[in-house]
Amino acid sequence: MNDSTTREPSVPVASAAGGADVPKAYRYRSMERLLLPGTSAVALVSALMGGSLVVGMGLAIIGLLAFWLLTHSRLSAALITGYASTAAAWFLIGELDAGNSPGPGFWLQVVAAWAMAWACVEQLAAINTLSRFYQLLLNILIPLLFGLWLLILWELLTRGLNVPQVLLPSPSLIAERFTESTSILWADFQQTFLKAVLIGYALGCGSGFLVAVLIDRSPFLQRGLLPIGNLVSALPIVGVAPIMVMWFGFDWPSKAAVVVIMTFFPMLVNTVAGLSAAQPMQHDLMKTYAASYWQSLFKLRLPEALPFIFNALKINSTLAMIGAIVAEFFGTPTVGMGFRISTEVGRMNVDMVWAEIAVAALAGSLFYGAIALTERMLTFWHPSNRS
Amino acid sequence: MYEALTTQENQASAVIDIAQLSLTFPTSDGDVHALSDINLLINQGDFVSFIGPSGCGKTTLLRVIADLERATAGSIQVNGLSPAEARLARAYGYVFQAAALYPWRTIARNVALPLEIMGLNSRDIEQRVRHNLELVNLSGFEKKYPWQLSGGMQQRASIARALAVEPDLLLMDEPFGALDEIVRDHLNEQLLQLWAKTNKTVVFVTHSIPEAVYLSSRIVVMSPRPGRIHDIIDSDLPRERDLSIRETPEFLALANRVRDGLRAGHSYDEVA
Amino acid sequence: MSKTPAKVGRAAAWLPVATVVFGILLLWYVFAVVLNLPWEKSVATRAGTSPAMMSMVENTMRQERPVLPAPHQVVEEIINTTVKKKITSKRSLVFHAGITLSSSMLGFAMGTLLGILLAIAIVYNRALNKSLMPWIIASQTIPILAIAPMIIVVLNAVGIQGLLPKAFISMYLSFFPVVVGMVKGLNSPDRSHVDLMHTYSASPFQTFFKLRLPTSLPYLFTSMKVAVAISLVGAIVAELPTGAVAGLGARLLAGSYYGQTIQIWSALVVASVLAALLVMIVDLLGRWVNRRMGLARNDNAAAGAH
Repeated sequence: MNDSTTREPSVPVASAAGGADVPKAYRYRSMERLLLPGTSAVALVSALMGGSLVVGMGLAIIGLLAFWLLTHSRLSAALITGYASTAAAWFLIGELDAGNSPGPGFWLQVVAAWAMAWACVEQLAAINTLSRFYQLLLNILIPLLFGLWLLILWELLTRGLNVPQVLLPSPSLIAERFTESTSILWADFQQTFLKAVLIGYALGCGSGFLVAVLIDRSPFLQRGLLPIGNLVSALPIVGVAPIMVMWFGFDWPSKAAVVVIMTFFPMLVNTVAGLSAAQPMQHDLMKTYAASYWQSLFKLRLPEALPFIFNALKINSTLAMIGAIVAEFFGTPTVGMGFRISTEVGRMNVDMVWAEIAVAALAGSLFYGAIALTERMLTFWHPSNRS
Repeated sequence: MYEALTTQENQASAVIDIAQLSLTFPTSDGDVHALSDINLLINQGDFVSFIGPSGCGKTTLLRVIADLERATAGSIQVNGLSPAEARLARAYGYVFQAAALYPWRTIARNVALPLEIMGLNSRDIEQRVRHNLELVNLSGFEKKYPWQLSGGMQQRASIARALAVEPDLLLMDEPFGALDEIVRDHLNEQLLQLWAKTNKTVVFVTHSIPEAVYLSSRIVVMSPRPGRIHDIIDSDLPRERDLSIRETPEFLALANRVRDGLRAGHSYDEVA
Repeated sequence: MSKTPAKVGRAAAWLPVATVVFGILLLWYVFAVVLNLPWEKSVATRAGTSPAMMSMVENTMRQERPVLPAPHQVVEEIINTTVKKKITSKRSLVFHAGITLSSSMLGFAMGTLLGILLAIAIVYNRALNKSLMPWIIASQTIPILAIAPMIIVVLNAVGIQGLLPKAFISMYLSFFPVVVGMVKGLNSPDRSHVDLMHTYSASPFQTFFKLRLPTSLPYLFTSMKVAVAISLVGAIVAELPTGAVAGLGARLLAGSYYGQTIQIWSALVVASVLAALLVMIVDLLGRWVNRRMGLARNDNAAAGAH
């Protein structure tokens, strides 16, 4: 890929002959070795310092057991550490539910359980399996475990340390608020996502695509529009929100207009690039068939442009969400995700804000996921999608 | 005078008639003479190979015949028409160095591509696709995607695609250059059988001497700077031949003649 | 053919752009007249006069609160609020731009540094790569800008005010693209180059500084261009919930409260110029570094990777 490394004076290192082992990424490190015995030690101390005896002893024994298992079977070590750490977390949350005020023993057990969970992640990540199915399972399980522990630590810390709700509500509180206010959240989702985002997205992407096809026959216009399109995608376009609110009123059309402007240029630039992606040999082939402009557009250049178009669709899915939500900060009827976030923040109902953010995150990732899935189906032939 | 004479005389049997043709590319370092004073007559049923070192203009000449490049001087006729008219009449099938199959189309749909563009009805398309895939021994692979096949099979599919147009003239630009020796031998053999069966005119670009001698009824030896024809060698090998012919003295003599021609037209201190 | 000399291409490059810009300005004027004309007409009917069409059209470009201000009105406003005002004045756009710029730059610097460090950790720790990286990639698909108001208000509640909360938002916005780009970059060396280092029995540090880091730089600068643009957006949005005190975002909000369209447009134009300048600076810096390292050819390769 580059010359920088080969241009370096490449002096063979003397130790190469000395049989020094080849540096390997992700080598089995001493840190990893210390993690499990360390966990056991912390768990033992926690039991002595007033933490739960069962949890302390349990974690200590499992830590040592897993350490011993490690040399025999990574999978079983990962399984028992994962199970034990999650069970310990459940118990610790139960302690808080029971109204017990956490002491140093409690916190040491939190640390021990978390360290054991991390050891589990390390073991799972170190597993090399040839089965594609198990690899996929692991690739899903590992981040899920990581995310679960993020939530567990968040719950334990906010509740154990009595963090004020206005600063950071606990996940359980947010979940409670979420289930209580589904009707409000649904209305906001309808207003912001189903109306502003989807309509604006369809119009913006559609017009960007159409303009790209229209200027396809004019290299002059392309050379003029491409640098401008590239520049515009770096500009703070959300700033047009107040203008759009003035022009199109408070309701969703003004938000959709912001989304249209934000999504237009990425689609334009990507489609233009995609339409010129076909190899010269492919163009020659169409020429030998005496194909018309439209035939080579539909049979060659548009399919070749699909990966680029999907790239724009994916970028735009996030931009559309941002545009619609931020535009609502500038004025909206009393419904909408951005409106809810800004007003509930003002009222210090931070749990409601988090619930709304959860909706936004869910909607955003599902939207993106749906586009990515369609992309895989339509561009299965592209080298990046072949399995 | 000469020009008018040859064209008139040979119009009946000549598939390609090139007279005093040259092609110059203007570049920032001055003009590049890609082709200079080319005179060539190719008759119906010929298998003509262009051979020469890189930069001798053999691919450019083929592209001029296919109307993918325009000559800057001289005259050229394909089937008695200008190359552009011949291209619009779909007078030839072209096979590129790479298979250039569309990855989003199955093998069958790739072969169908030129037929769709010509506006054939679906029954004819289906029938021609089946027939031509059979011809290149690819029956059973209709539903596969190009990237699921080997390089040799891909190139065979691209030959089937060129044949599907049912042209009398087949233009092939180093079609087997990227394949390994064994596959190449095999495809050469198949190509010869195909040529014998269909009596098509084939113009074939290569830089391999054995390939040129094995396949051709005429070998055009070209040399670079400016790109020109150095020698035209008529092969006296029988039309029916198999790979073992490459060990015969006649074959070797012919190969030596081609090699001598290449050497004479090539100065080695110039780097392409 | 397409073998036109590079010099000709470069000289002709500005002409299409200039033409398109000219076309946009022309359209802008047309729209300004069309959009502002109804108001002129209503003024005329209320006054009971019927002025000539030409004078009405002229007036559409002189309104105080036009629906769409004409370009020259915006330029005038920008000159009035930059060159002709003291920088310390609250009405100076330079003052407001400076405030937005300082918080976004602070956030951008922090975010980039944090992003690079985390990327290194991810590349060298398989567990982090497998557990954290999916979340970082997924976070690119969600509108994280939405939590900006909350961060401002919450930090305000614990007494953190001024530059830092805004910088914090810019930081986490610019952090994500840098991590993703840098991980990609650090993993980008060819297999053969990595193997070469192995044959030299190079230490992990040597491999990092002589191979991974240099090859990652084009990727780093590509993602830094995204990061610097988004950090400015973050700073502008962060200025909205604090009640429009200072900064370009505050100018936008104040303009929308009082219907001062010219003020909104001038703030928007200044913000855009600022963003363009920042991206250009990062771009030039990237080119310079790449040239110094002999990587100039790879500029496009990295830009193509998304």
